[in-house]
Amino acid sequence: MNTKSVEIGVGVFVALGLAALLMLAMKVSNLAELTAPDGYQLTARFENIGGLKVRAPVTMAGVRVGRVTEIDFDDNTYQAVVGFSVNPRYARIPLDTSASIFTAGLLGEQYIGLEAGGDEEFLTEGGEILLTQSAIVLEQVIGQFLYSKAAEGGS
Amino acid sequence: MIGLLRRFGRTGLTFFERLGRGSIFVLHVLAGVPALFLRPGLIVAQIWSVGVRSLIITVVSGVFVGMVLGLQGYNTLVDFGAEESLGVVVALSLVRELGPVVSALLFAGRAGSALTAEIGLMKATEQLDGMEMMAVDPLRRVVAPRFVAGVISMPLLAAMFSAVGVLGGYFVGVGLLGVDEGAFWSQMQSAVDVNDDILNGVIKSVAFGIVVTWIAVFEGYDSVPTSEGVSAATTRTVVHSSLAVLGLDFVLTALMFN
Amino acid sequence: MGVTRPKPLVAVKDLHFSRGDRLVFDGVDIEIQRGKITAIMGPSGTGKTTLLKLIAGQLLPDAGSVTVDGLDVHSLSRERLFGLRRRMGMLFQSGALLTDLDVFENVAFPVREHTDLTDAMIRNLVFMKLEAVGLRGARDLFPRELSGGMARRVALARAIALDPMMVMYDEPFSGQDPISMGVLVQLIHRLNEALQLTSIIVSHDVPETASIADYIYVLSGGKVVGEGTPEELGRSDSQWVSQFMQGLADGPVPFHYPAREYFDDLMSGPLP
Repeated sequence: MNTKSVEIGVGVFVALGLAALLMLAMKVSNLAELTAPDGYQLTARFENIGGLKVRAPVTMAGVRVGRVTEIDFDDNTYQAVVGFSVNPRYARIPLDTSASIFTAGLLGEQYIGLEAGGDEEFLTEGGEILLTQSAIVLEQVIGQFLYSKAAEGGS
Repeated sequence: MIGLLRRFGRTGLTFFERLGRGSIFVLHVLAGVPALFLRPGLIVAQIWSVGVRSLIITVVSGVFVGMVLGLQGYNTLVDFGAEESLGVVVALSLVRELGPVVSALLFAGRAGSALTAEIGLMKATEQLDGMEMMAVDPLRRVVAPRFVAGVISMPLLAAMFSAVGVLGGYFVGVGLLGVDEGAFWSQMQSAVDVNDDILNGVIKSVAFGIVVTWIAVFEGYDSVPTSEGVSAATTRTVVHSSLAVLGLDFVLTALMFN
Repeated sequence: MGVTRPKPLVAVKDLHFSRGDRLVFDGVDIEIQRGKITAIMGPSGTGKTTLLKLIAGQLLPDAGSVTVDGLDVHSLSRERLFGLRRRMGMLFQSGALLTDLDVFENVAFPVREHTDLTDAMIRNLVFMKLEAVGLRGARDLFPRELSGGMARRVALARAIALDPMMVMYDEPFSGQDPISMGVLVQLIHRLNEALQLTSIIVSHDVPETASIADYIYVLSGGKVVGEGTPEELGRSDSQWVSQFMQGLADGPVPFHYPAREYFDDLMSGPLP
């Protein structure tokens, strides 16, 4: 095995390895999103966030506009405090926008959906969305359903 | 009863003795690493021997594992109507676990055993002694380049395993089973995080590379210089480094993905 | 005898060494004179190879000292020990050539490792050494393609590559055909004459070694049982020495491995 071909072989090997890593980083993961410019932070409070996780998407009209960045608990008001960042491209979110927690598909992960309000002023860094709707907890829904069914049957 | 305890004790002591010897050994080897950068040719030659020659088995295995993941993943997900998430299943399984672990096991079997046999035979044929007599430290000249080559090759091999595995899963899922191509990639891309998943996978494979290569070169260097001795050392390398990889994987996974 | 000899290159004083519970050396005194061929001989298993390793500092004695060129080998730091070893050449019984390098690269190995000579200079140096052992034409062969005798000659070329002050030969003649033996004997003799190369030969081949040695030490049972020039030893009345030099089957080194009385052994098993 002469030195020249060994060196070429090793060079190709290392290049392939790095290419594989690059492919994984670019095509397989969310690197593209991470390199997007940092957005501005907003908060929203919920009675119940259900299964919402950090890094869950924040959408508006179905389009992803941001990400959940932190989830905290306020033990004065006993509410969940969700912080999320919004892509600075979308700087025209009205002050009275509402935020609800939805589930993607039947078993999918949960995300925050924003519905635009009508205010002429827009949310900026540090702003808070006041109109919120908590996640739908399956057990409560089933409980309500059974209860209403029982009430129906009774009357 | 006493005899059993005595054997236990002796095994325990032997374990600690070898662990101690192995640790001192690896420290000596690491001390010789900086000097290696003046002679990159030695490392390059070893990357060829250890990495490039493991390439085919790693890539072929990766493709098959990826395809099986695609198949099995589809079979399970389709019952929930969630087959669009196949990309997520394939990618996460590979990047987080199967890529680093399986390629490390393959590496231990192919490259690890070769390293042990090579160094063991050099010891048995007095080549290492000869080098010492020529005032060349075999730890620096023979062992250190192989160690560095192993640590460099392992993450590259693991990345290639995961990459071709994803392609294998793509081929089966999208190509053969009809999963939507766009959904396959887009769901994968939102679910796989560069830091949490890919970087952790790389860290795992570096850790595995260190452990497997360490065991391989140490067993070779420490082997009894006879044919039985070298053969026993080679077997030990494969067994111990495989177990070490699996054990280390558990520890790292618990630390990283909790 | 009281003859004042010049300061020896290697002085082994009161050496004690055990391996496990086997006593290998029990008070050994040996002097290797500069520029001479000194032979260390004795039956197999007396630890002759161990002696070379002790001289080279690869093993530590239990007691006693080894001095090479005025330096106490075992009190040297690792660096200085390596520096000393560069001035010593060792020819292993098996040659110990590096199997992944060809003959040229094997001889060039110590030169590349310890000097900064250019490739052209290395080339000339290696050719000279290979020429001295008669194997310049074999420079592209690999160790596996060499016969035993050729491998040893290449190893010899490698051992003298850095022009050491002394060379140690570990059983250079064992297992060789008469021609190869003759070649090696010639080479050792010539190198010693031409380069004043102090040589230590460890061997049990009496005729070959006696033909070129200037001084012989006979070891047995962990001690020096005889020393002198080949002629002196040939005339020695020591039983140890004569048994060895003449190759007698029985003598101070017994034929029988220690065992019970023969009669007892036969009688102790089931009767046939």
